[in-house]
Amino acid sequence: MERIATRDSYGEALCELGLKRPDMIVLDADLAEATKTVKFKNKFPERFFNCGIQEANMMGVAAGIAATGRLVFASSFAMFAAGRPYEVIRNCIGYPHLNVKIGATHAGISVGEDGASHQCNEDIAIMRTIPGMTVINPSDAVEAKAAVLAMENHYGPVYFRFGRLAVPVINKGPDYKFEIGKGIALTEGDDVAIVATGLMVAQALEAYEMLRDKGVNARIINIHTIKPLDEEIILRAARETNKIITVEEHSTIGGLGSAVAELLAEKELAPAFAQVGIKDEFGVSGPALELLKKYGLCAENIVNTALQICAERTCVSL
Amino acid sequence: MDAQIKKQLQITATKVRMGIIESTFNAKSGHPGGSLSIADILTYLYMNRMNVEPTNPALESRDRFVLSKGHTAPALYSVLAQRGFFPVEELKNLRKIGSRLQGHPDMLKVPGVDMSTGSLGLGFSAACGMALSGKISNAPYRVYAVLGDGEIAEGIVWEAAMFAAHYQLDNLCAVIDNNGLQIDGNIRDVMSSYPIDEKFRAFGWNVIVIDAHDFEQIEDAFNEAECKVGQPTMLIQKSIKGKGVSFMENDVSWHGRAPNEAEYKIAMADLEKILEKLM
Repeated sequence: MERIATRDSYGEALCELGLKRPDMIVLDADLAEATKTVKFKNKFPERFFNCGIQEANMMGVAAGIAATGRLVFASSFAMFAAGRPYEVIRNCIGYPHLNVKIGATHAGISVGEDGASHQCNEDIAIMRTIPGMTVINPSDAVEAKAAVLAMENHYGPVYFRFGRLAVPVINKGPDYKFEIGKGIALTEGDDVAIVATGLMVAQALEAYEMLRDKGVNARIINIHTIKPLDEEIILRAARETNKIITVEEHSTIGGLGSAVAELLAEKELAPAFAQVGIKDEFGVSGPALELLKKYGLCAENIVNTALQICAERTCVSL
Repeated sequence: MDAQIKKQLQITATKVRMGIIESTFNAKSGHPGGSLSIADILTYLYMNRMNVEPTNPALESRDRFVLSKGHTAPALYSVLAQRGFFPVEELKNLRKIGSRLQGHPDMLKVPGVDMSTGSLGLGFSAACGMALSGKISNAPYRVYAVLGDGEIAEGIVWEAAMFAAHYQLDNLCAVIDNNGLQIDGNIRDVMSSYPIDEKFRAFGWNVIVIDAHDFEQIEDAFNEAECKVGQPTMLIQKSIKGKGVSFMENDVSWHGRAPNEAEYKIAMADLEKILEKLM
């Protein structure tokens, strides 16, 4: 299967969007080669500005540029695009609801060898608490590109979460359509719903095949937009399957799992519920694929979780 | 500077100060001390310098102003009211529920406010962004920002200072209100930012030191800043915190405290007296 990192298609998408939006400016903080904003830099050098290693200032500068009416992308690794400048984003970009898109790459444990200091497993949590902030976590290169291109006619702050690791391209075919805030049911099973985001969607699809071999028909849902959350698709899945598993390369505190749990509790739905994600701990150095396995971010763990939840719920109903 | 213009500026600045007292008194909170110390420079900018249109606050070619020391919003609101962006009467609604005059400036609510500020240091960064955007499109506007001398302890200020010099933002003129006092006391005791001029020179800025309450010096400094090519300008204005209100001058306790009724009366009487002399 073809594998492309979402950061690669981010860089390409910036170039395409730059043609459509001549007002667009791209900022980076000394990581242009890694975040792939270098592609935009090479194509539109007069509209690319390196801020050096000062992510907080970059977000303030982005806000100032956007306040003059331009579309702005600001990029760094997730740790330094969401973590370090959180308060600048909250007050300078979120509060005045400015048209700044944050392109955060190298998110999650799959950063790999750099280790815990660079493995940002908390960015979805902190970004989604900012009022008016849209949070998008594409599942593959196709979706990443579509999501960035959707910014042509979108106004307001958006946090994009991209990865370093090359991941399977799963959104193939002419039918694929990206719509902000609209989840995608990839399979139509009724036994259990697996609600996944980012690179874990591919793992969920793999788990689907494995579960089918065991007689379990899973509904795989791709939630590329964590905020605003597609409530309808999740509530329908909860009602129709009565078993929900959330899957994310992120802390189980505050991310997709939390967002889904909040929704279910608010609507007084109580399906069997389990989270696959990083528990309350820091990561370690290692190759990305091995780390994903170590932290249970793999098809096998999704399958085991699904089988367990199915067994438990069956017991309860007996 | 023409004597008549200078007198008019002094009159307006006094009215701006009265608005600061009126609004913080009615709010029963707010920051009068640092608002009074920037009343003159804001009056000069909005009355005699900046290209702004109160009837069209979003005018694309307008000069931009960012109050990075956002807690001194009463000064900004008061000068915007004097300039005609909204009625002076509205100043009494400062910090009240339902009022657009938030404790710190909100650009989405108040006509004439170009950036939401309040968290120290961030406005300076945003001003750099506005200046850069203007440079990219060769826009005619200039960008002004006012910071506090305590505020510049924030790390982001020095990131922005480096950035502005690197990108040669000569359409940016910032002001540091050097009244020497921050909430916890004298800046020399709390966290000294001195020598401010040498620091900014070392960062590549054109630095001018002026008396904050002398309109001729203010005008000369902005004229010089506008002629400077390839460098942003920092005006360090030596000011008096609480300027114009006898009992507030140089008293740090007025950083973030509103006058009570008796104090309000004395303060307004002080300012009335100044106004009478000018009229």
